[in-house]
Amino acid sequence: MTRSAIELKAEAKNLNFYYGPVHALKNINMPIERRKVTALIGPSGCGKTTFLRCFNRMHDLYPHNRYEGEIILYPDKINIISPEIDPIEIRMQISMVFQKPNPFPKSIYENVAYGLRVRGISRKGILDEAVEKSLRGAALWEEVKGRLNSLAVDLSGGQQQRLCIARALATGPRILLFDEPTSALDPTATSKIEELIIELKNEVTIIIVTHNMQQAARVSDYTAFMYLGEIIEFDKTDKIFTAPSNRLTEEYITGRFG
Amino acid sequence: MSTVFEKELEALKEKVLRLGSLVEKAISDSIKSLVERNSVLAAETIDRDALVNTLDVEIDEECIRLIALRQPRAGDLRLITTAMKITTDLERIGDLAVDIAERALELNEEPQLKPYIDIPRMTEIAQGMVRDALDAFVKKDSALARDVLMRDDTVDQLNYQVFNELLFFMIQDPKTVSRAVKITYVSKYLERIADHATNIAEMVVYLVEGKIIRHMG
Repeated sequence: MTRSAIELKAEAKNLNFYYGPVHALKNINMPIERRKVTALIGPSGCGKTTFLRCFNRMHDLYPHNRYEGEIILYPDKINIISPEIDPIEIRMQISMVFQKPNPFPKSIYENVAYGLRVRGISRKGILDEAVEKSLRGAALWEEVKGRLNSLAVDLSGGQQQRLCIARALATGPRILLFDEPTSALDPTATSKIEELIIELKNEVTIIIVTHNMQQAARVSDYTAFMYLGEIIEFDKTDKIFTAPSNRLTEEYITGRFG
Repeated sequence: MSTVFEKELEALKEKVLRLGSLVEKAISDSIKSLVERNSVLAAETIDRDALVNTLDVEIDEECIRLIALRQPRAGDLRLITTAMKITTDLERIGDLAVDIAERALELNEEPQLKPYIDIPRMTEIAQGMVRDALDAFVKKDSALARDVLMRDDTVDQLNYQVFNELLFFMIQDPKTVSRAVKITYVSKYLERIADHATNIAEMVVYLVEGKIIRHMG
């Protein structure tokens, strides 16, 4: 694949990751293009979620986990996984949306304002504006603008997931990470989230892990197929789904294994 | 053990092949009806085109069903889309065989203008192209498909040769014009059949290699 014309947002270089003695990611080299959606696919246990979690240092929460190599964030060219980089600050800039919606047991408003408050912002005017902007960005504003002080847990599953996206957007992230964001949602809520992902890429770079291959095909610009901790094939999504180069990718994509 | 989907793909391939053999027979029968002046065979060939049309629709429906229900990807997707496109070309070849048989019916009513020499040669090449293109489809053999592509020029040259020869007849004697024009039609139909075989071969290259090579030459 030619990489000359793409504008990088991040790039994994010789990335290795270990859960204690287990070598979970092996020599990963992969570009992440700015304001595009990159999907990670592969059978269970292939390392796609492990890879995703490296981007916002989720693995730091457990001892004995170890990174090697680099994930360079552009344009600053900082190495995200370097021990000198504060993981809390990284998580403000690179936010994660999880498989199951996990709103805090707070109001809709406070869920979205949370990250900004952590940053020390408390002026109501600024927070109000950021909450509205983020909720609009997550296509939830029209549905909740009259009840911002209601508890977030009273929203439907799909709305809760969009609230989590709004919460992630509030800190002005540079990369949004999605870990199976629709696996707990019905088809209608799923297609709303997919539409939203496609819209969000106008403003933010997105990486998504999904078990649903058709979802990867629908929302992503690039797809990486992973197997046993390695990137087997990385290419434009339409190439991967019409004419992959690697036999393993072909077999996985067509449901012959995995 | 093959999955239900794999069996469906095999059945689809078989149907395309069945269509292919109907069409191959239509080509040879239509030319035979002309060369041997057998109008009964020409009429039969025209009637049998209904089978080609039925199978064409059946294959299309099956492909649409597989796309909707199986969401095919990669090689499977290429196989199904190729089958759809090949079928369109095969159906058009069937129509051209009908056109040849119709001209045969007309020409058989009149004295033979000249012995047919180049027309059977063109038929042999064009028919071989159709057969090998389908063989390449079944065996996923892109080398054979590319070989088919090479043969199209010969058919084009023969068509040109036939046209010039008949032009000479027409200039010499205007009474031959009606028959000569009909024979140039037949030659043109054969040239079109070779073009459709070329399309099929190009689709096979896409099926096997994932590369679209149409309109490159």
